[in-house]
Amino acid sequence: MQTRGGKILLYGYGNPGRGDDGLGPALIAELERLGTESATLESNYQLSVEDAAEVAAHPTVIFIDADTAGAGPFRFERVIPERTISFSSHSIAPGAVVALAQQLFGKHADAYLLAIRGYEFDEFNESLSYLARENLGEALEFVTRALQERRFDEYLKQYGIDCGCSISADAQ
Amino acid sequence: MSHVNKVVIEPVTRVEGHGKVTILLDEQKKVTQARLHIVEFRGFERFVQGRPFWEMPVVVQRLCGICPVSHHLAAAKAMDIVVGADKLTPTAEKMRRLMHYGQIYQSHVLHFFHLVSPDLLFGFDSDVATRNIIGVAVKFPELAVQGVMMRKFGQEVIKATAGKKIHGTGAIPGGINKNLSISERDELLKEIDQQITWSRGAVKIARDYTVEHLTELTAFGSFDSNHLSLIRADGAMDLYHGNLRAIDANGNKIFDQVDYQKYIDFIAEEVRDWSYMKFPFIKSLGPERGWYRVGPLARVNTADFIDTPEAEAARKEFAAVTKGKPNNITMAYHWARMIEVLHAIEKIRDLLNDPDLQGNDLVVTGERREQGVGLIEAPRGTLFHHYRVDKNDQVVMANLIVSTTNNNEPMNRAVERVAKDHLSGVEITEGLLNHIEVAIRAYDPCISCATHALGQMPLEVKLIDHRGNLLDQRST
Repeated sequence: MQTRGGKILLYGYGNPGRGDDGLGPALIAELERLGTESATLESNYQLSVEDAAEVAAHPTVIFIDADTAGAGPFRFERVIPERTISFSSHSIAPGAVVALAQQLFGKHADAYLLAIRGYEFDEFNESLSYLARENLGEALEFVTRALQERRFDEYLKQYGIDCGCSISADAQ
Repeated sequence: MSHVNKVVIEPVTRVEGHGKVTILLDEQKKVTQARLHIVEFRGFERFVQGRPFWEMPVVVQRLCGICPVSHHLAAAKAMDIVVGADKLTPTAEKMRRLMHYGQIYQSHVLHFFHLVSPDLLFGFDSDVATRNIIGVAVKFPELAVQGVMMRKFGQEVIKATAGKKIHGTGAIPGGINKNLSISERDELLKEIDQQITWSRGAVKIARDYTVEHLTELTAFGSFDSNHLSLIRADGAMDLYHGNLRAIDANGNKIFDQVDYQKYIDFIAEEVRDWSYMKFPFIKSLGPERGWYRVGPLARVNTADFIDTPEAEAARKEFAAVTKGKPNNITMAYHWARMIEVLHAIEKIRDLLNDPDLQGNDLVVTGERREQGVGLIEAPRGTLFHHYRVDKNDQVVMANLIVSTTNNNEPMNRAVERVAKDHLSGVEITEGLLNHIEVAIRAYDPCISCATHALGQMPLEVKLIDHRGNLLDQRST
């Protein structure tokens, strides 16, 4: 797949009050602190249907979420539009947001997921675990580089499984 | 001792988080009881102990990523009491109200258009592969776009008033920390007429569906109940502030205009060994008869009138269906919810045109108190926040009764009614599952914390016999 130009939407989601669940917003906060002009930065507790409008306004989107499994520090995968799954809660999977953007606004964004490995999710806790913080640092370095290089096909081979399958089957 | 068979359904899809339903059968395979198990996130009280009280309006938003604004405002109202701010400035109260109506609007719209409309448009028993938001987008694209744009508008109202989407800081003890700028106001006003038009349409969809299917809906998961909500001094619906009113299934007042600082004298919570979540009840009636509904249905039932003209006209039509008596039809929640959408957008329009929102008098203080209670009518129902604060300004006690907890018994009753009507044999059919989900969804429960990281479980259905053996299992 050819990499498109234009602003990239970086969308981190998760609850910062649930320990490592806040990895997505934490990465966005780091990027906001550093400053970037080549990306639109968004964060929220969870994805929702109205995010389809924001996705539709960008040629490329990277969703950033915490991951409960995997070796770490992160994986990078393609998001395939989900047209058949049931909408399972107020929280909506990245693939469903992309599908909605296509269906409602006729826009086909290249969509990816950056899943950062977290470890502690079960307690009220406003801070990241030590290991999650380490992973966040590596993810930040990766995103900073990716915003300049935009070699997403390479990253898929290097950090993920570009199998064409749905990642959101794993998502709640 | 009779054997009891258990049919376990977990988790419930298309409601917040996940839950599990257990249906208890007797030896004749008849339903004796249905239990909705909700995993309530614990540890909040410990989490806030020792924290300074002024942090609470922000900290409590960690509780839930679904309705953080409601917790934000309920905690701020409790802390108003703690700092002795008995009457906020007009700018502060109106900014908070605007934030709250934005929250009501976006939450109700999301629930109706994207969780409920697939059931109403395609039917409860239609294919789950298409009975979802993507299916609506394919077959009813205009409606799906409306839902997205209405939700987006509500979120923009929140952003303009709370300051940001995550961990908003707009409300602080004794007031607010920002007013609404002219440019923020004008941006929102640009869309208001379109939003009102769409809201009228949403009421019509819900109204038409309910009236056309009234016979079957009257029987579906329904039962008589008490109803509880905040109410304004003149009996008007007030989603932000007021006193407590409770009515019985016939509309008789159980109590009225109760100062919610004294809620503990009127409301108690029962613990049951099979549930993590408590069962609130009206003390004077006891746990058997004192449970109640909260949320849109309860609020439309308890209100004498609504103070915005179009929503009031819709309320009158709603009340006419039950000849002025309280409506106890579970599925009527959807119609009531859309009446509140219309009310919220009328209120947003009126507030946006109120110059008080550009005022600069934002905070008041008074005599410091040791405790405070904050109540608000959150989208899902009455939300209680109660805190005690020591001399060092640290929180030493927190007690929350969230909306979904208030609706715990009604949701269990709804599931039981559906199970009794639709369970055949000991097989969990797709139809039964759908009907149970539809009944629970009417309450729009928020049944879990907002963690949603990748790797959570999918829908799983288990069938277990009276000896504990797994008979059947289904998962999505």
